[in-house]
Amino acid sequence: MTPPTASELAGLLRSGATTPQDLAARARADLERISDLNAVLRYTDSLAERQAERAARTLAEVPERAGPLCGIPFAYKDVLCVEGVETTAGSRILQGHRPPYTGTALRRLLDAGAVPVAVTNCDEFAMGSSNENSAFGPVGNPWDPGRVPGGSSGGSAAVVAAGAVPYSLGTDTGGSIRQPASLCGVTGFKPTYGRVSRYGLIAFASSLDQIGPFARSVADVAGVFSAIAGWDAMDSTSSPTPVEPVEDQLGRGIEGMRLGVPHEYVAEGLEPGVRAAIETAFSELERLGATLEEVSLPTTEAGLSTYYIIAPAECSANLARMDGVRFGLHIDRPSLTDTYLETRGNGFGPEVKRRIMLGTYALSSGYYDAYYRKAQKVRTLIADEFDRAFATVDALVCPTSPLVAFARGAKSDPLSMYLCDVLTLPVNLAGLPGISVPCGFSEGLPVGLQVIGPRFQDGVVLRVAHAYERATSWHAEQPPVPPVASGAGS
Amino acid sequence: MSAGAVSGLTELMQRYEAVIGLEVHGQLLTESKMFCGCSADYIGSPPNSNTCPVCLGMPGVLPVMNRKAIEYTVRTALALNCEIPEHSKFDRKNYFYPDLPKGYQISQYDMPMSEHGWLSFPVDGEEVRCGITRVHLEEDTGTLQHAGDILQQARSSVVDLNRAGVPLMEIVGEPDLRTPEQAREYLVRLRQILVYIGVNDGNLEQGSFRCDANISLRHRGSAELGVKVEIKNMNSFRAVQRALEYEIVRQGRLLDQGQAIAQETRGWVEAKGATISQRSKEYAHDYRYFPEPDLPPLQLTADFVERVRAGLPELPQQLVDRLQRDHGLSTYDAAVISAEIEDARAFEALVGAGVAAKSAANWLMGDVARLARETRLPLQRSGLGITGLAALIGLAERGRINGPTAKALLEELYVQGGDPVAVVEARGLGQVSDEAELSGIVDRVIADNPAAVSDFQGGKEQALQRLVGGVMKATRGRADARLVNQLLRERLSR
Amino acid sequence: MTLSRDQVAHVAMLARLGLTEEEMELYREQLDAILAHVDRLQQVDTSQVVETAQIGGLLNAWRDDERRPCLSVEAALANAPKRRGNHFEVGAIQE
Ligand SMILES: [Mg+2]
Ligand SMILES: [Zn+2]
Repeated sequence: MTPPTASELAGLLRSGATTPQDLAARARADLERISDLNAVLRYTDSLAERQAERAARTLAEVPERAGPLCGIPFAYKDVLCVEGVETTAGSRILQGHRPPYTGTALRRLLDAGAVPVAVTNCDEFAMGSSNENSAFGPVGNPWDPGRVPGGSSGGSAAVVAAGAVPYSLGTDTGGSIRQPASLCGVTGFKPTYGRVSRYGLIAFASSLDQIGPFARSVADVAGVFSAIAGWDAMDSTSSPTPVEPVEDQLGRGIEGMRLGVPHEYVAEGLEPGVRAAIETAFSELERLGATLEEVSLPTTEAGLSTYYIIAPAECSANLARMDGVRFGLHIDRPSLTDTYLETRGNGFGPEVKRRIMLGTYALSSGYYDAYYRKAQKVRTLIADEFDRAFATVDALVCPTSPLVAFARGAKSDPLSMYLCDVLTLPVNLAGLPGISVPCGFSEGLPVGLQVIGPRFQDGVVLRVAHAYERATSWHAEQPPVPPVASGAGS
Repeated sequence: MSAGAVSGLTELMQRYEAVIGLEVHGQLLTESKMFCGCSADYIGSPPNSNTCPVCLGMPGVLPVMNRKAIEYTVRTALALNCEIPEHSKFDRKNYFYPDLPKGYQISQYDMPMSEHGWLSFPVDGEEVRCGITRVHLEEDTGTLQHAGDILQQARSSVVDLNRAGVPLMEIVGEPDLRTPEQAREYLVRLRQILVYIGVNDGNLEQGSFRCDANISLRHRGSAELGVKVEIKNMNSFRAVQRALEYEIVRQGRLLDQGQAIAQETRGWVEAKGATISQRSKEYAHDYRYFPEPDLPPLQLTADFVERVRAGLPELPQQLVDRLQRDHGLSTYDAAVISAEIEDARAFEALVGAGVAAKSAANWLMGDVARLARETRLPLQRSGLGITGLAALIGLAERGRINGPTAKALLEELYVQGGDPVAVVEARGLGQVSDEAELSGIVDRVIADNPAAVSDFQGGKEQALQRLVGGVMKATRGRADARLVNQLLRERLSR
Repeated sequence: MTLSRDQVAHVAMLARLGLTEEEMELYREQLDAILAHVDRLQQVDTSQVVETAQIGGLLNAWRDDERRPCLSVEAALANAPKRRGNHFEVGAIQE
């Protein structure tokens, strides 16, 4: 039987069948039972206790003010700052760092009475597609602990897939929510850029980063999105456009909708099993009354190159503050320059150093125009192509990842690892909303269907995903190992 | 040449022409910092007490720009005759230094908020026009203190981030200046404008107004530019002039010996009266500017610019014109009165209080200016204050007290304060100009000084002053000198 | 184009990354491979295209000039690895 969703747990709380403290305790126990996956970096016990008590009081005294997430446990990625809670971005250089403030997305969840129980493992500074780049060890995929959960939000995907928590927060810069969701068989949503405040998100690439939820149902994903979305005075890039009530979009079906299939996304490079699952999913969407038509995004091929100039360039500046002066690791040397070199040389892992090097090079004098400026122009072309496609279709559907979860250590050279994100990173370059929902299996491993929508049409993306979810049962499939006692009420 | 002129300067400047460009950084007088809510006024606050996660550059924080800082920069740009492009943006300037928390400074690179301005001013009678390349906005850094320099112990430095993130305006001037005096005058005028329009407090000592200079030399008549040297650490107008004079001589002598000028940054050392090379171990700078992704670009519409222009306060030159036109001041008086905005305000307040423009100017430029200097108290903050001074001048103007009494009272009341009218009443300092009362005293003095009388009648004019002095003595200095003279002459000519 | 060891060393210094000789050589090879791939960008015709630095399309995202409370000195310095009094401390700045 499948572990309950957040909405089911909310019902149990209202009926008095369980309490926030009880749910937090069970989540804690389930997370410890899957500790072999190394998906959790640390538990937030005292914060969980405070929040659970607070939620219990709200539910008892002013139930009308208890929102859908009040009293529900969740986990969040180690790149989101909470005052006083160690936040390391999966890096040695931030070990022991306790932010003096709480970021906006977490603030909003805490205000809604949500109960954070754990901080999840991730690739260092969210750079990676396999979660093998964490300074605190790799994360195992619940479907096969020998395989990767995807990245960079691998821990957040794994704890939801294993049924330990109903939802979690991750961040997505080039696919870091959707790709692990696909590899772990859960639903992962990357909202429109600017829809969720980045304040409190330890930046990787500022113009691409976006916070989003993982859950085992589209409805839960939509609920968490509604709780964290909206303009924030602390983030100049957050959009003042009012957030549409996405819940209204759910259940409307996709009868008569026009869905585009980007030919470049299915042309080649897909594992046969992935292709098979996706094609079945396409016919399912047609059976539900949508018309599928092929569209072309010719610049897709240049997307990877564009991304691997822009993201490293921004990260080379964003990570400059890790200098061992105000916080984090400090390796003392007699001279300041040597202190910088030692601290950063030892504090960062290989992938982070590689990207800082790449970005620094792309911005350095003599190369800016050839690389950074050129990439910015190609980015414009990529965004324009999406806009043109959305002039004729309501949303795009395609695979999330060309391949299923691969064995740890299988991708040693950087480029082959980067290729895992070819189908997700163009969405970040264009700032679009994108979701991955479970759509079948290949070699016993989950495959994800990606739905991409126009900017600020997050509701459309959720609507298509929800219609597909209701017509299929893939989202209800449970990983064989490790066994996890279902949540409350069992 | 100025007092601090270096020997040989005049001679060298006959053969070499200096090409000087100045770069000024001015902190803006906003309430809050450029990108966070901490106070922009950090002077005197304990180390690191004026900081927040944003200006500390903590992981995960984001900047949000201060609209007032944008408006003040545009206000400045307009006062300096700049154009305001509709589109501008912020960029990241990347370099590592402990006073730069984020490892990059948010500044403006290829799309500044303003460009193509100019500032024009007279130097020894001739008008100098210096181009303004650009006025852009950035954030100030924190401050470093170097400890352990004294003893030969291991050096270390400490960082205070109270200043980090204060709005900082950079005003880049064209290399249009040709002499140290021109450079100094440019700075005086620029500072005056910034203070007048209320965007900067013009304090060079505390560094809210900072200046770096670029200078190169070339043979007179030659068109191509020489090697540029940058000078830093000059924290007074005089220091700027002296540093430039020193550089002209240093570079001139090297060129005379056929030596090359090193392109470098040099620091002015006040104590040594010299610039010294700051050859840094830093690897060649490469700031890797790129657009700040955390800040949407600016679009300053014509409306926005016109609204700022409408709110532009009176500029120094406009005031000078007005002082001459409306108050009949001479060009010289108008210039002196308007040099410091506080004096200009005091002048207008005195005139507003009914004091005649000419005497208001004379008092301010004379004894008041001296007292303000000696006591380090501008009139506004002195005990006497504007109203006190107005009353004092009033007494003198209406002949209630004579000149010497008025000066004496100014000295006495300037710091301690007090109502001149009341004091004059209480001490009976009022001027004696009653003819009947004075006649008696005059007759007595004539009777008591036969010698002086005969000297005067014998043709010794100055003997009369001995008699005037006698009358003054008898009236404790309060007698109306004019009337006393008149009475004495009447009596002695008989 | 291929990167020289000196170029890699220069970039590492710009980024203040202390690298071993092995890392230096490893990154030289890997960056070469990545840049070779990235050079495909040059085939895209962007003659008529403007740069996209941000996708949000926002303008003038500014705030009013108002003060907000600061952190306490203790909170500001709480994470400091090296502290002297109420200052952050750093090693000798050689210039
Ligand atoms: Mg500057
Ligand atoms: Zn601050």
